[in-house]
Amino acid sequence: MLLRALLPSACRAADRCAIPSNLARYSVALAAASRRRFKTSASSQNATSAAHQNHQFQESTPDKLNKVLFPGALGGSFYTESLHFIKDYPTIPTYRVLNTDGAVIVPDSDPNLSKDLCLKIYKDMLTLNAMDTILYEAQRQGRISFYMTNYGEEATHMGSAAALSLDDMVFGQYREAGVLLHRGFSLDEFMSQCYSNELDYGKGRQMPVHYGSRKLNFQTISSPLGTQIPQATGAAYAYKRDGKKACVIVYFGEGAASEGDFHSGINMAATLEAPVIFFCRNNGYAISTPAHEQYAGDGIASRGHGYGVATIRVDGNDVLAVYNATKEARRMCVEEGRPVLIEALTYRVGHHSTSDDSSAYRSKKEVTDWQKTDSPVTRFRKYIESKGWWSDAEEASWRQETRKQILKAFAEAERKKKPAVEELFTDVYGGEMPWNLKEQKEKLRAVMEKYPVEYDTSDFTAGLRS
Amino acid sequence: MATRRIALSVGRKFVQKPKSLAACACLQNRSYASSSNNHPDAASLPGLATSKILRSSRDQVFATPELKHLGGGETAKINLYQAVNEALHTALAKDDTAVLFGEDVSFGGVFRCSMGLAPKFGADRVFNTPLTEQGIVAFGIGLASAGHTAIAEIQFADYVFPAFDQLVNEAAKYRYRSGGEFSCGGLTVRMPCMAIGHGGLYHSQSPEAFFAHAPGLKVVIPRSPIQAKGLLLAAIRDPNPVIFMEPKILYRGAVEQVPMADYTLPLGKAEVLKEGKDVTIVGWGSQLYVLETAIAMAEKAIPGLSCELIDLRSIVPWDIETVANSVNKTGRLIISHEAPQTGGFAGEIAATIQERCFLRLEAPIQRVTGWDTPFPLAFERFYVPSAARCAEAIKDTMSY
Repeated sequence: MLLRALLPSACRAADRCAIPSNLARYSVALAAASRRRFKTSASSQNATSAAHQNHQFQESTPDKLNKVLFPGALGGSFYTESLHFIKDYPTIPTYRVLNTDGAVIVPDSDPNLSKDLCLKIYKDMLTLNAMDTILYEAQRQGRISFYMTNYGEEATHMGSAAALSLDDMVFGQYREAGVLLHRGFSLDEFMSQCYSNELDYGKGRQMPVHYGSRKLNFQTISSPLGTQIPQATGAAYAYKRDGKKACVIVYFGEGAASEGDFHSGINMAATLEAPVIFFCRNNGYAISTPAHEQYAGDGIASRGHGYGVATIRVDGNDVLAVYNATKEARRMCVEEGRPVLIEALTYRVGHHSTSDDSSAYRSKKEVTDWQKTDSPVTRFRKYIESKGWWSDAEEASWRQETRKQILKAFAEAERKKKPAVEELFTDVYGGEMPWNLKEQKEKLRAVMEKYPVEYDTSDFTAGLRS
Repeated sequence: MATRRIALSVGRKFVQKPKSLAACACLQNRSYASSSNNHPDAASLPGLATSKILRSSRDQVFATPELKHLGGGETAKINLYQAVNEALHTALAKDDTAVLFGEDVSFGGVFRCSMGLAPKFGADRVFNTPLTEQGIVAFGIGLASAGHTAIAEIQFADYVFPAFDQLVNEAAKYRYRSGGEFSCGGLTVRMPCMAIGHGGLYHSQSPEAFFAHAPGLKVVIPRSPIQAKGLLLAAIRDPNPVIFMEPKILYRGAVEQVPMADYTLPLGKAEVLKEGKDVTIVGWGSQLYVLETAIAMAEKAIPGLSCELIDLRSIVPWDIETVANSVNKTGRLIISHEAPQTGGFAGEIAATIQERCFLRLEAPIQRVTGWDTPFPLAFERFYVPSAARCAEAIKDTMSY
C-alpha cells in the first residue's frame, strides 16, 4: 500500500515503478526479516556505499522504489545500474587493550580485573607452559604416545575462560588445555588422560590431550576437525530452550574453519538464533599449511558478515582484549540470544604436535622472533608487574613450585595402572550390551587365557570381568 | 470411478469401536487420510494391497503378543506417514525437551510426516533448518549431548552422506570416547528409504549397511504403520543414537489399524511373520511384501512347501537368536534386501548364521539383493530383488 502511494511523483521510468501489488506485501515481510540482522535505513546504505570507497554506484532514485523485493534479499538490497564487481572488502581491524609492552593503551578499555584473577591467569599460563614442556618431553622419552603443546596461545585460553562461567559449555578442538586448567582441571586429571591410566575419565580409549570433563562442562575432545562446531550450535539451542542464562563457546583453528562443519554450524546458529560464541584461534598454521594457503579472504572474521553474525577480530596474544571481547560476546549471546564470531589472531609457537617438526616448513628464526617480539605471557607479566602485583622473585618461586607440582603429578600418573581391559567393551552402547559384544568379549577371553604372555594384563588394573 | 468411491466410503469408517476420533492427531486434517489400494505407489509393490502382513482388524492387532498388554483401546485406520506423525505427536507431547527439525518439516514435510506439529508445539520445537545434512545431524548431536531429545529428519536416505562423519565418527563414538562422561542417546535420525518406483539413483537408496558398520549406532527399519509408531517411539526413547529408516513406498500404501495408545516395540528383536518348516526367509521394510508374494508363488509351485518369513526390524543390533532358531528348524536361509549385494547386510547375516548353524544347513545361504549397480530409473524392475527372483531362490534352495 505504501509503495503504491509513492508511485506517481517519484517515478522516472514507468517499468521500474510498476510494482505488482502481490509483491508489495513482500517488502513488509522483508523489512520484518531484515530488522534483526541488517538495518535497511539510509544510514546502512551509506555505510555500504562507503565500504566500496573506490567506486560509486550509479544509483537510480534513492527512494523506496529502488528496494529489491525478492524474498532472498534479506539485507534490503537496492537496485543499481552500474556493472560493478566488488573486489575489495574493508579489512576488519584487530581489537587490543595492551601494547606489546603490557601497557594499557586506552585506560577505559582496562577491564580492571581483580588481583586474584589476574594472578590466577598469569600463574596458570606458567603452569600450562611447564606442563607442556614436561609432557612433550615425556612423549619424546616414550612415556606417553602423543602430545600437543599450547605455546603462544595462552592468552586465547585464559582470556576467554576468565570471561565465562562454569555454566557455559565448552566445545574444544584440541589446543585449549588452558581453558580446562582455568576451570579447575587438576594436574592429576591432565596426566591421567595423557597416561591413559585408571583415573582417566575417558577410560583409556583416546590419544593424549583428548580431555573431557562433565563437572567442568567441557565436552570431550575428538580428533576430527570442526565436527564440534555445529554440535555447539545444537547445545546452545538446548540452553536457549531451557531458558538458561548461559552460552556455549566453541573453539577451532583457522584450518578447521575450512571444513563444511564450520559453515553449517555458524549458518544454523544464525538462522536459529543460538547463543553460541564461535572462537577461532587463528594461529597462522594448520600443521604445515600457512594461513595464505588456507583461505584468500580477510581471515575468518570476514565470514561473519556472510552469515549475518556479529563479529570481532582481536589480538589473541592480549589477555585483556580476549577477555573483553569474550565478555561482551557472552552478554550478546545470553541477553540477545544471538551467536557471535570472535577471531583471535595469534601465533603457534610450538610444533603442531609431537609428530611434527615445524622446522621443515618454517624457520626457527621466525618462531624465536615471535617469542621475543610478542609473547602473550610476557605482555601479561608486564601488565601485572605494572600493577605492582608480581616480581622476579615471585616469578622464580612460582615456576619452581608449579614445576614441582607437575613432576609430582607426572610421577604418580606414570605409576598408575591402565583401566581394566573390560573397558574395551563397555560404553559402546547405553543400556544393555548387545549380543555381538558379549560374544566377542568371550572370544577375547578365550584367547587371552590361551596366550597369557601376548595378552599380559599386569599393566592394567584387571583383565576382563567374568 | 466406482472403486474410488468405495475406497472413500471405507476410508470414512476408519475408526472401529470405540468411536472417538479426538485422539488421532493426524486425522485432524482429514483430506490427508487416504486408503491404500488405489495409490500409484502400491502399483510398484503389488503385494501391498492384499498383504496379510498388515493388521487390518482390531482383533488381529490386539492378538499380537507385543500389543496384547494394551488390552484393547482405540485404534485408527491410518497409513505409515500418519503413524509416524502419531509417534512424533506423542514424543513431543510427553517430552518437553523433544524437538523435530530438518529441511521442510515446518509446513508438514515432503512426505507429510510432520503435519500439524509446528502449529501445535510451536516454531521453537518444530522448525526448518538450512539445507545441510552435516549440520542437521551435528545440531542433533549437540542437542542430545545437552540432555535433550533431538529428532532429526534427513529428507531422503540418499542425502545422508554429508552427515556420515557426524554419524560414524561422532554420534556412534560419543559415549565410548568420553568414558561415559557424555553421550548423545537422545538423538534419532529419521529418513525415507528404498524404492518408490521412479526414484532412480538418488531417491531409492537403502544405506543401512554403511551404518551397521559403526559400533555405537542402532539402525531400525519398520515394515508397517503399527511397527513404525512403536519402533519410532522406542528409538526416540532409546539411550543410543538411532537411525530410523522409513520405506517411502509404504508411507501412503501401507494401512493398518494402529492403536492410539502410547506404545513401544522392542529394538533388537526380529518378528516371525509367518511360520514354516522348510526354509527361513529374512527381510526388512518394503521387501517383506515382495517376499510374501514370492512365498505364495513358491508354495503354489511346490505343494507342501512351507516357508518361514522373518522381519528383522532392527539391523543393528540384530536378533540373531530368532534367525538362528529358525534356521536350526528349517536348515535353509534366504536373505533379501534392495541394497546392492556386495557389502550388503545380507552378507553379515549369512556369515554369522553359517558360523552358528553350519552343520544344520542343507543348502548354501542365499542372498537375493539389488545388483551391484547404482539404482537405475528405467531399469528399476530389472534391478530390484523381485518376487520372481525371490521365488526362484526359494526353489533353488529347496532343490539343492
